[in-house]
Amino acid sequence: MASSSNSPCAACKFLRRKCQPECVFAPYFPPDQPQKFANVHKVFGASNVTKLLNELQPHQREDAVNSLAYEADMRLRDPVYGCVGVISLLQHQLRQLQMDLSCAKSELSKYQNLGISSHGIIAAAAHHHHQGINLLGGGVTARDHHHFHHQLFPVNQQQMIRSAFDGGNGYDASSFLAAQLSGFQQSRAAAGAAAADGRRAPVEPS
Amino acid sequence: MSSYSNPPCAACKFLRRKCLPGCIFAPYFPPEEPTKFANVHKIFGASNVSKLLNEIPPHQREDAVNSLAYEAEARLKDPVYGCVGAISVLQRQVLTLQKELDATNADLMRYAGNEIPYPVMNLMLQNNQQRNDNGAGSFESSSGFSDPYSYPWGHGNGPSGERGGDGSS
Repeated sequence: MASSSNSPCAACKFLRRKCQPECVFAPYFPPDQPQKFANVHKVFGASNVTKLLNELQPHQREDAVNSLAYEADMRLRDPVYGCVGVISLLQHQLRQLQMDLSCAKSELSKYQNLGISSHGIIAAAAHHHHQGINLLGGGVTARDHHHFHHQLFPVNQQQMIRSAFDGGNGYDASSFLAAQLSGFQQSRAAAGAAAADGRRAPVEPS
Repeated sequence: MSSYSNPPCAACKFLRRKCLPGCIFAPYFPPEEPTKFANVHKIFGASNVSKLLNEIPPHQREDAVNSLAYEAEARLKDPVYGCVGAISVLQRQVLTLQKELDATNADLMRYAGNEIPYPVMNLMLQNNQQRNDNGAGSFESSSGFSDPYSYPWGHGNGPSGERGGDGSS
């Protein structure tokens, strides 16, 4: 053992084996991030990850490993729903924001249509005073989203996941998700939302 | 052996083993959905799924299996990003909509500004500003979730090849 060798990668350290120069894990599981491999191993298993990486081009592997690590981490935090819980909640937030935006725009158009007459402004303001919180889009703030996440995560997930999975009769959630995303994308296409970038496509049915 | 036995579940059929009465997979992998188990097996492996299900209360196992099936299917369709790609897309959409909502509310406040008492207007403006500050440049996006590509081990390369979030990594 005279030659200097790099310290084993986190995977080989975990698996208690010699880290070969051509180790497929080494570039993506540095020794200073042991938890990353531990999580991925627990959820996916080393051999599944190896097969997956071997089917990808080298330039895609880092992103693949990082997304697997994220999925594994989410699954360990939430063994029942994992990443899918995050998706459900984001879809809910999106629907809520769409409603809030629609309300806010409708309120705004009332002002814009009323013109400059003082009578109109006073009447609109009186209406707004009555509605109060609508001016802030239903009172939804980032804090509320965070609170919402903690509040509903254990409770409403079952409802969301059942609706996402067609009442539990099948697991065609990809169609559901794609329908949600494409519906949203059509309405946002004119605004050139980031979701419409050509390189990425959302999960969609085959 | 002439006793009638239930047909094997999709898992036991796939694994070519006898489907025993206490089979943990049987309630969730019916024989008429062979692809569901095949996908889950390919991505997660039978023993990992079995361990996971054993750690979950029985009334939550159906949801767990369905979410695993969804993730497996997403990963097979997109081997690089799986369902994390969808999360990134959704987070960006949420951010975009939130910004648009903030802008619309700011417009509303301007219109209503003449009639609202100054201290109340100040508070509303501060709330709006606070939300904008929280949403930008933080590890957690305005949706309240950590950006998958701002994780300590994600070097900020989002699915589109650009940074997925503004968080430091």
